[in-house]
Amino acid sequence: MISAPDVVAFTREEELEDELCNEPPLPEEYSVPLFPFASHGTNPWAKVASSKFTRDFILISEFSEQVGPQPLLTIPDDAKVSGTFDLNYFSLRIMSVDYQASFVGHPPGSAYPKLNFVEDSKVVLGDSKEGAFAYVHHLTLYDLEARGFVRPFCMAYISADEHKIMQQFQELSAEFSKASECLKTGNRKAFANELEKKLKDLDYTRTVLHNETEIQKKANDKGYYTTQAIEKANELASVEKSIIEHQDLLKQIRSYPYRKLKESDFHPYEPDCVLDQASVGCDQDPTTSDLAEPGETHLCAHVPSYTPKLIKAKSAKCFDKKLKTLEELCDIYFFTQTLDQLHQIERTFRGDVCYLLTDQISRALLKQQIVTNFLFEDGSFLDEKPSEKQHRGCQGPSQDAIDRKCSEELSAPKVVISMGSYKSSVECVPIKMEQEIEDSQEPKLSESVTFEHQENLDYLDADIKGSISSGESIEVLGTEKSASGLTKSESQASLPVSPSPQVGRSKVGSRRTVSEDSIEVLSTCPSESLIPEDFKASYPSAINEEPYADDEEGGLHFTPKLNPDNADEQEEFKQDNLVQVDSACCIGKESPNFLEPLPDLGQKPCDEDGVVRIPPQPYWQAEPGLRGSLGGFPSHDGISGGLLPYEVDSRYLTGSREVSKSSLDECSDSTSYISSAASTCSDRTPSPAHPACPASERHKKKAGQNALRFIRQYPFAHPAIYSLLSGRTLVVLGEEEAIVKKLVTALSIFVPNCGVYAKPVKHWVTSPLHVVDFQKWKLIGLQRMVSPAGVNVLPALSRYSRYVSILDADSKTLRCPLYKGTLVSRLADHRTQIKRGSTYYMHVQSILTQLCSKAFLFTFCHHLHLPINEREPEESVVNRRMNFLKLQLGLANEDIKIVQYLAELLKLQYIQEPGRRVKPLLRFDYVPSFLYKI
Amino acid sequence: KSSVQTIGEEQIQNPYTELLVLKGHQDIVRFLVQIDDCRFASAGDDGIIFLWNAQTGEKLFELHGHTHKITAITPFSSSDASEEKKHLILTASADRTVIVWDCTSGRQVQKVSCFHSTVKCLTVLQRLDVWLSGGSDLCVWNRKLDLLCKTSHLTDAGISALLELPKNCIAAAAGKELIIFRLIASNDESEGWNILEVKRLVDHQDNILSLVSVNDLTFVTGSHVGELIVWDALDWTKQASECNFWDSSVHPDVQSEIKLSQSPNETSVQHLTSDEECVFAAVGKGIYVYNLQMKRVIASQRTAHDSSVLHIEKLPNRQLISCSEDGSVRIWELREKQQLPAEPVPTGFFNMWGFGRANKQANQAAKKMQENIPMYFLELVGDLIGHSSAVQMFLYFGELGLATCSADHLIILWKDGERESRLRSLTLFQKLTENGDLQLKL
Repeated sequence: MISAPDVVAFTREEELEDELCNEPPLPEEYSVPLFPFASHGTNPWAKVASSKFTRDFILISEFSEQVGPQPLLTIPDDAKVSGTFDLNYFSLRIMSVDYQASFVGHPPGSAYPKLNFVEDSKVVLGDSKEGAFAYVHHLTLYDLEARGFVRPFCMAYISADEHKIMQQFQELSAEFSKASECLKTGNRKAFANELEKKLKDLDYTRTVLHNETEIQKKANDKGYYTTQAIEKANELASVEKSIIEHQDLLKQIRSYPYRKLKESDFHPYEPDCVLDQASVGCDQDPTTSDLAEPGETHLCAHVPSYTPKLIKAKSAKCFDKKLKTLEELCDIYFFTQTLDQLHQIERTFRGDVCYLLTDQISRALLKQQIVTNFLFEDGSFLDEKPSEKQHRGCQGPSQDAIDRKCSEELSAPKVVISMGSYKSSVECVPIKMEQEIEDSQEPKLSESVTFEHQENLDYLDADIKGSISSGESIEVLGTEKSASGLTKSESQASLPVSPSPQVGRSKVGSRRTVSEDSIEVLSTCPSESLIPEDFKASYPSAINEEPYADDEEGGLHFTPKLNPDNADEQEEFKQDNLVQVDSACCIGKESPNFLEPLPDLGQKPCDEDGVVRIPPQPYWQAEPGLRGSLGGFPSHDGISGGLLPYEVDSRYLTGSREVSKSSLDECSDSTSYISSAASTCSDRTPSPAHPACPASERHKKKAGQNALRFIRQYPFAHPAIYSLLSGRTLVVLGEEEAIVKKLVTALSIFVPNCGVYAKPVKHWVTSPLHVVDFQKWKLIGLQRMVSPAGVNVLPALSRYSRYVSILDADSKTLRCPLYKGTLVSRLADHRTQIKRGSTYYMHVQSILTQLCSKAFLFTFCHHLHLPINEREPEESVVNRRMNFLKLQLGLANEDIKIVQYLAELLKLQYIQEPGRRVKPLLRFDYVPSFLYKI
Repeated sequence: KSSVQTIGEEQIQNPYTELLVLKGHQDIVRFLVQIDDCRFASAGDDGIIFLWNAQTGEKLFELHGHTHKITAITPFSSSDASEEKKHLILTASADRTVIVWDCTSGRQVQKVSCFHSTVKCLTVLQRLDVWLSGGSDLCVWNRKLDLLCKTSHLTDAGISALLELPKNCIAAAAGKELIIFRLIASNDESEGWNILEVKRLVDHQDNILSLVSVNDLTFVTGSHVGELIVWDALDWTKQASECNFWDSSVHPDVQSEIKLSQSPNETSVQHLTSDEECVFAAVGKGIYVYNLQMKRVIASQRTAHDSSVLHIEKLPNRQLISCSEDGSVRIWELREKQQLPAEPVPTGFFNMWGFGRANKQANQAAKKMQENIPMYFLELVGDLIGHSSAVQMFLYFGELGLATCSADHLIILWKDGERESRLRSLTLFQKLTENGDLQLKL
């Protein structure tokens, strides 16, 4: 990571100015956002004290037609979380927002009941009395027994931090959309099942009635009908009408376009279930079966043989009837998936908002360092390409949003190195690292779309006003519409905009006074209401879809693909972005984080018949995926605390379930840190777990902690770290595996990667080393053998001593070349005030990033490596090179070798043939080594 | 305690600061042979031949065909001016076959399998466009792999080395004997050759291990007991000889030590190489420089390695590279040591020997000469440590670096790190230009 969030707590503006007055200020986009209220003298960690819950949670509630708004469940499912917070009251609040002004159950005059495939709506609510702010995601589920066949639900992310909700609106919206989509998919499946059963019942009833009528007809041949017969006939007629209605409903629900499933990143089933399908015995082509196959066969296949019952013609909707639970409304597989997803959301967004922000910013920035970021960053997130996102399904939800955001931003960056300041001997050499052209076209396109929508603003305005008219107590703080201008300008900026302090402050200024009634609608985004009437196609087939169809967009034409293979990914990607702008038109201006277009509102151009279908899969078939996702969770759980025990505020040591799972090993020196951690980390909740690579996140903390201990414990840490940075293999020699591995873990954070693959670190080796090993690994843990088998180990090591530095963990000695530079001392100061592993890790990363940029400059300066003209002798180039390293980059002594080594790695990486691995090579110097002792 | 000269970790003159390990062989790699400026072939006991790019270390081809270990390998490039140059290699194996390979396509061109014994050496007479195979007999083949003529069964031991001499003559080392053959064009056919044994030279006391041509007029042989004989290439007479490299009777100070370790292995002439002036001999663990004009050893390093020196090569820049069974490669420089005439000659450092048997007179003459000629010594400028087992052979590619092969199944390419770094920069900026990412601001 580039920036350390811990730093945020200590940045007071005045101090900053003193320190930085001599240095040129950082470009705004690189600076850590200042705490907006710093000038007010408030502690950024001090939360609104009035809130009655201890940490963020997710609440699902329903507007029951029988009892009104009621809370159903909370995530995490822990009574302690919500504390004294009145869930019932809050449910009432959030459900009372009339979010679907245009909702129509049975439009008058229509022949059949219609299913309204409404889009979810997203609202931000603030309840200042309760000290609660919520992102509220309304959705409707279908229930045959419910009024109008719909049951309104909502999922709310409730936090005490208003800014978190506002700034993370985009991400929250994206994640909740996925969860909602999952739930709705399951619901549609369950609904279709229910309809089928009902149809069978009706069919049976009709047969019975028909028979009875026939019998009656035969029984009296008087020529006129008895009242009884007429009643029967009426009954039969109504049953038949009912059959037609239900058939129509079934048709509607089945023809529901699954395109959302296809185009959003959400994939309830693992897409790689081709094998499963094969085993199921479906002989369909795996490429088409997933999406194009109507669900009937599958639906019928797993429905157990159902014995139809006779039903009364008029089944009155009575209030004593028990409504289905949420679980019953949804296919069980999808229900669990949804819960998993919601848990994931909770994990992702817990903790202080600054963690989320810095993480997002640094990730976005790192994505730009395409040339250098492989050196010290995790390969895990660098690897993530849009094409791979799909395969991760529910597992890494927020990552998608970030990916998207970053790829968006990638379109712009042009790394222009102006050498203006290096005038002395170097001529100006701007180097432009340009992205692919196709990328850079995206923003322009989206801009034009934004423009197109300007003319529709009237509609939007009216609609929004309509949707929030439900009470004097509700006040709109901002509508999302106003962001359109920003979005437009943003699309051309070369760097991603981070929430800047200015924006924050202006926001404070415009803060409204808390109204009496205490409910504030901070922003609404009822996407349904955004669609101008003109755009609504009135299909006679009675499916009230929001048609974001191609032609009506005017000038924009999409050619969607049915097969979401990788080649089309980019294409779809663009479409996503294009469409997202629609919604971006209505994003609150005062929340700077909303600048990126909405990742996913499910509004996608549909294909020709507007239908993309995915066969609902039998339950058992989906099981492997489920199992897989569940299997993945223990590891999430293990670190879900985000912080290791000694980093967590002590009052959570008892309360948090996850924390207790952490290994005792890491608790070993926890006592010394609890006190200090409590002072800096009085956050109410643990910091967010990083969904992308939780394991590596944990590793980082552990490594940082071990590294911190290493630099405090070993006075010769500097030459050891220098060895690693300059590409000289460091062998950690020891008898005990645990000690050696710990040291290796600690030191691994200083090892530059040779490619985008795994770090060249080998934790434990027991056999004699060979020259090939030094070529492959830069940090090796080696067993000091006591057994005769290991006799060769030490001679081999002394034989190759010129290639390695040897850290003896048993005798605490180090044999390695001398280091007299200054760089490592900044990196590893044994008197450092940093206490926490993760902070130290980030400190290391920031210095290493700085180093990378130096290496980048050095590598890509033409005249430092090649003569300016043909007659120039090599020596003058060498002189220029050394001058640059010493004077311009300010490197002393051995630091030069570090940058040179990194430069070699950059060159190797850059010139490698695509698709081919960097050939490992061993570079070394003939320099004498020295023995260091404690 | 070893008397081997060592050099510390600080080796300023050692240019090889980058290495590339080439893996592929599954057994001892014994032969490296250069094909052209940037390609070489390797072969060994696994019977596989690999073609490598010496610049990138890329494996170009893997040639399978032999079932036993390779016993000899030689490049055989076509001399046809009309066609583009075709690079072939010949390999002989213990499976009693010889295969011709095409280095461009990596395919087997032809295979000969009518040998009665293993072919132990191959040589190409470029001038006559024929090649010879030596085993228990000597066969002459043309380019199309037709057997032109062959000798009768010579020895059971077989021919271990062949050397082309002027006037269509060939010297073959068979055991202790050196046999001179002459190729005579047959009268009846246009392309036919007959082979005739001309002379047998029996001056060596033990098996001849190495055979090297110095120039058109001289060639040198070395034997297992440390005899080095300089021959006239035209009339095959002994011009000079040097033996008893180990015998240091003139230097009593080192005598006892040397005597103790004296054994045939310690003194065998493993490999010879020469430039116009000197013959460089790998004798036991030591390296000796024999000046042809002065007819004496002018510089030596008695224990250049911990174990037998297997291969030695003279570089253009007065440097010498040797590799040894101890797994190391060492770089030496032949330096002049200017002496003050008044100073007593420090003889401990090298041996001096007159021609023939050392007599007092010759010895005195040699000493007399020393006073007005510069003294030489071999200085260790660097060593390359990478292999974990005996380094069988190496190939010097000039700027491109050095390839070494070893019993640890590996080939290592040693490169000049500075040069490689520069080349990478060049490639980088070329790629930048190609991608259009490089814009020069004017």
